[in-house]
Amino acid sequence: MNPIAAPVYGLILAGGASSRMHRDKAALLYQGKTQLDRAFDLASGYVDRVFVSVRASQADEPTRSGKPLIVDLAGMGAAEGPILGIRSAMAAFPDVAWLVIACDLPFLSDAALEQLLNERDPSILATAFRSAHDGLPEPLCAIWEPAAAAALSEYQNGGGHCPRKFLRRYPASLIEPLDRRALDNINTPEEYTIAQLELEPHVGANPMQLKIQYFALMREQAGRSDETLETSAATPGDLFAELTARYGFTLSREQLKVAVNTEFSDWSRRLLPGDAVVFIPPVAGG
Amino acid sequence: MMRFRFTESAIDTDAARRELLDHGAGGYVSFEGWVRDHNEGQDVTRLEYEAFQALGLKEGNRILTEAVRRFPIKHAACIHRVGSLDLSDMAVWVGVSSAHRGEAFDACRFIIDEVKHRLPIWKKEHYRSGDSGWVNCERCAAEPLHAHGHGHDHVPGLGASHDRGPGVHEPPNPLVLPGSE
Repeated sequence: MNPIAAPVYGLILAGGASSRMHRDKAALLYQGKTQLDRAFDLASGYVDRVFVSVRASQADEPTRSGKPLIVDLAGMGAAEGPILGIRSAMAAFPDVAWLVIACDLPFLSDAALEQLLNERDPSILATAFRSAHDGLPEPLCAIWEPAAAAALSEYQNGGGHCPRKFLRRYPASLIEPLDRRALDNINTPEEYTIAQLELEPHVGANPMQLKIQYFALMREQAGRSDETLETSAATPGDLFAELTARYGFTLSREQLKVAVNTEFSDWSRRLLPGDAVVFIPPVAGG
Repeated sequence: MMRFRFTESAIDTDAARRELLDHGAGGYVSFEGWVRDHNEGQDVTRLEYEAFQALGLKEGNRILTEAVRRFPIKHAACIHRVGSLDLSDMAVWVGVSSAHRGEAFDACRFIIDEVKHRLPIWKKEHYRSGDSGWVNCERCAAEPLHAHGHGHDHVPGLGASHDRGPGVHEPPNPLVLPGSE
């Protein structure tokens, strides 16, 4: 084992095609800041230098052009993708380890980066989180050691292109994320909306339309069996408080259950436009 | 075969029972819940049942699936009435067929208990006095948290616990068809 660990630089991967999002994921805004800036600034708190990994065609793109860039190397005989981005960084600075961060992790936190750096094992090729969802390595929020360069080259020359499969095949240290949410990536417009709502509580203040159905005692007290409502309630709990103020429901929230889109839900779930909400009074079937 | 459903007309137990027939079944246990003429000291004249059917169907079928997993039975089904019911009308029917009687009794009991506690169904009692009230909702509204409500089992055998399904009479002896047992 090399007793002296290599210094760590940051590499923000922003070369993806964002095909399912239909928009450039690096340019998505949260609290008025692009995801690229957020990831870049987060990494900057932990390492001396941070670069943005881009394809050659993206070097002049405005979201990226103001940042220190590492452009994918041509002539490596390798397909475009995250591995080529990492190898290009390793070729530019062969003696550093790379804190690699994908550009679609809006929930990535200081806690997660601190844990990754604290639990880094510089004696093997990479230190990565184990996914809280499927137990597989998360290669795109990981520390890649200099020694991984040769192995990545070998892997790509053998036709490999998936960094996750690479980490399963080659020695890597996998750690359990304490912040299980930090690695939730977003790929679709709907996931973006949900992430925005969670990261920007004030977005919930924008009115949206919800469908409410009333049953039994609550139907009688509301004087209707359903309605479409313009509301700024962010959760079923908020919505119930708003409707109680309007209709004077005598049942308390503690006596009710709630369903969203015909499935039982919890009271703190984020409501989305078009959701159908039903409050469920104490039941009496049979 | 398992199926939960709601109906707005009288429950056809003959047809429902036929769906449980199975050459491997040695018996059949059913439960019928009937509209009773009294509850908590009030004379009841009729009941109105209302259901959130979209969720009730899902939850009802989940209960039947759980019953088939928990007990070695052949088939289970349940039908719940909605709308206005008169005294002695059948509000709910549960049927279970199985190779042997023990598990059929157990599964039938399990299903009706879960149905009462979990399904989004409400009933309004109409009283001879002219009053009416939603069971488990009106009296509880002013009472402390969790005094009553969703599926909190009350101590059995202490008389009229109003979680037991007021207004519905439980026949003491479920029907068992003679089988090969």
